[in-house]
Amino acid sequence: MVKIRIDGRSIEVPGSSTILEAARQNDIYIPTLCHHPKLTPFGGCRLCIVEIKGMPKPVASCTTQVAEGMEIATSTDAIEDIRKLVLELILSDHPNDCMVCEKTGSCTLQDLAYAYGIRENEFSGERRTYATRDGNPFIERDLEKCILCGRCVKACDEIQGVEAIDFGYRGFKSKICTTYEEDLDCEFCGQCVAVCPTGALTGKSWKLQGRPGGSLREVDTICPYCGTGCNITVHVKRNEIVRITSAEDTANEGWLCVKGRFGYKFASSPDRLTSPLIRRDGAFVEAGWDEALDYIVSQLGGIKSRHGSDAIAGLSSARCTNEENYVFQKFMRAGVGTNNVDHCARL
Amino acid sequence: MAGLAAIFGSGAMTNSIREIEGMDVLFIIGSNTKESHPVIANRMIKAYRRGARIILADPRKVPMVKFSDLFLRIRPGTDIALLNGIAHVIVSEGLQNDDFIREKTAGFEEWKKTLESFAPEQVEQITGVPKEDIIKAGRLYGGSRKAGIFYTMGITQHSCGTDNVRAIANLATLTGNIGREHTGINPLRGQNNVQGSSDAACMPNVLPGYQRVDLPEIRQKFEAVWEASIPSAPGLTATEMMDAAVAGRIKAMYIMGENPIITDPNMHHTIKALEGLDFLVVQDIFLTETARLANVVLPAACSFEKDGTFTNTERKVQRVRKAVNPPGEARDDLSVIMEISRRLGYPMKHRSPEEVLEEYRQLWPAMGGITYARLEDRGIQWPCPTPEHPGTEYLYKDGFPKGKVNFIPVSYHPPAEVTDKEFPFILTTGRNLFQYHSGSMTRRVKTIEEHAGEPYVEINPEDSHRLGFSNGDFIKVISRRGKIRIRARITRRVSPGTVFVPMHYHEAAANVITNDALDPDVKIPEFKVCAVRIEPAA
Repeated sequence: MVKIRIDGRSIEVPGSSTILEAARQNDIYIPTLCHHPKLTPFGGCRLCIVEIKGMPKPVASCTTQVAEGMEIATSTDAIEDIRKLVLELILSDHPNDCMVCEKTGSCTLQDLAYAYGIRENEFSGERRTYATRDGNPFIERDLEKCILCGRCVKACDEIQGVEAIDFGYRGFKSKICTTYEEDLDCEFCGQCVAVCPTGALTGKSWKLQGRPGGSLREVDTICPYCGTGCNITVHVKRNEIVRITSAEDTANEGWLCVKGRFGYKFASSPDRLTSPLIRRDGAFVEAGWDEALDYIVSQLGGIKSRHGSDAIAGLSSARCTNEENYVFQKFMRAGVGTNNVDHCARL
Repeated sequence: MAGLAAIFGSGAMTNSIREIEGMDVLFIIGSNTKESHPVIANRMIKAYRRGARIILADPRKVPMVKFSDLFLRIRPGTDIALLNGIAHVIVSEGLQNDDFIREKTAGFEEWKKTLESFAPEQVEQITGVPKEDIIKAGRLYGGSRKAGIFYTMGITQHSCGTDNVRAIANLATLTGNIGREHTGINPLRGQNNVQGSSDAACMPNVLPGYQRVDLPEIRQKFEAVWEASIPSAPGLTATEMMDAAVAGRIKAMYIMGENPIITDPNMHHTIKALEGLDFLVVQDIFLTETARLANVVLPAACSFEKDGTFTNTERKVQRVRKAVNPPGEARDDLSVIMEISRRLGYPMKHRSPEEVLEEYRQLWPAMGGITYARLEDRGIQWPCPTPEHPGTEYLYKDGFPKGKVNFIPVSYHPPAEVTDKEFPFILTTGRNLFQYHSGSMTRRVKTIEEHAGEPYVEINPEDSHRLGFSNGDFIKVISRRGKIRIRARITRRVSPGTVFVPMHYHEAAANVITNDALDPDVKIPEFKVCAVRIEPAA
């Protein structure tokens, strides 16, 4: 542990901490754009700069380790001027279309522009313009909104191990792209979308469906696919799921796969069964619940009395909850009177 | 799972997903983790990047090969030979954990003798894995005391599935790589609540909590709470039900949320079984291939539309919360089953999912401390016997419930069906990244269908060149049980002589051709190996 002072406060932190980590652990705010707690630090955006007593220039707090006796100022006039300047430079080359941007409400860049009161921009000049060309069905890439923070590049490499994208070109022409700008060859896990601090990367299926906060409801639940049990947040507009995200502080650290993140629309598919069906003369006919249940009970009861309970078998499902599975086997054993009950564990 | 439970006491992952990051060696066998459990693969990649060594055994060059130090490309169905070969290396180089063997195991000396025929040279002949690599694998796994084994259906879906699991258990027992943090045996469960369905005893031989139904004292405990009598004879497994239906012994089936036509082996046999029933009820969210054969179809709610709990692969019970209402007249499975039970003369008193869990936890001590109130903020891993207990991250910290662990001799037998002149290719099946299981959910997601909506068979370029067809051509894959017409995907992911078909696509369903040969102990079908021939499609 080392002792340092941040903004006049004496604190003790592990010697391996960066200044940014030390500040955040002690609830001291330093703005960032390129930093992400689950990814290696980059030091690219320069918003997290701080002054250290005895050092001639400000340093990036995300890449500077603490040292014994360090005295740090996180918010001097000079620092705040530089931060505002950095933001103005970023915003000078950023579409000002927050009104229709999917990221509005959860956009770090927007939050910072708001915090620094940036409306007019004295650096307005040449803009990067890119045509959308990518045909993948999952991820919308709007490179004009990209601030080159590199979080997506790091997530794709460090978390997913795919390395589908990286920085390409130089200077003003720099952009995040695939090798030789070929079509995206990726797993579409959407980790890049999850870490993007602006509206550069969004889910295609989210488009114009509603933005987090506002009128959407959020419900925390569990992914319906494999056995990993990823924690998800379901965003609901009226009675429809319009987006799935995962919080960073969950067991899966906010990471999901293509099915978990983008595979939710089966729930609102027009193919969903909406009424009990009874087969009559070879074709299904819609029926009321009462009629269907009475029919089932009379058939099962009849077979049980004619052939015995063991002529009946039940298959339950790994899609169903613990409670439903418990009640299903209880019904088969105590209600029907057979141990012929199984599910798909072997399949 | 039953194989694992018989050896150590519990049929579940012994570690938690978090612990993967702290492992020194990971041995992944028969698990295409990056496609079937992508977020667990993320942890493995993290471990790899931190310097963990990864051994990967698979017939296919699956995506995790990129993150492995040693790739053992085995012939499908030869896992036992490989595992015994690795054990042979460990014993002959003296890398076994003598203290662990002395204190916690039985039968080592006798078992050791059964390894004699598994010297690396012999194992190379059977598995196709070079003997140098077998020796390397033995040194890596045997040299570590923080090693985890990971497997899925690539191990279990064989006619020798139980023996495969026993051979894995022997390796962990030999090295003492079980019962501590960051080391253990980890079967990754393929479906969101397959652990929970097993725990809750949708299984023919046990009551909730793996308590044997044939033991009178267990039945009495449940009968007192359920206020009903419970039959003592174990029932039929899913695959046996189909045989019994064909034989006319099963007259009616109630299928809740399953699609056996797609997921069971030998589809024609399954269809025959279900068509022969006097009465079939299917309760599902879609009119699946199975539901189309039903007499009555009941519309169910999906997991976004109900409250309850799921138990994930690391034994963690987590809250499922209702986000939207079910469409139309659809109802949650719980209320439907309770209503049918009531009308059949067995009313249940539960007024909510929470009340069901309250009864369940009374009857299974490992769940005893898990309540909805405690699950509000985070999941809890069983065993969790009391309301104060924090849950259990890894199993067997305080020894094994059965006392000593037995080494179990396992001999190698070839798969139930081997290649011959008429059927010269080995077919193996599995999942891909984008689709899920029988496809009833993912195939209704437009974006996923656009990207991965067409069935395919993976075949090596050597084979396609010899047989004279190109990438994207339609070919026929034919077994003794059936044939499918499917596009060829030419790739070195599969070795020459092996082809792979993903299981998800009803229009070219892998399970039309797979073998319904069963493991004799746990009745799991041999999805992973059967013999086929390839013909150009007209």
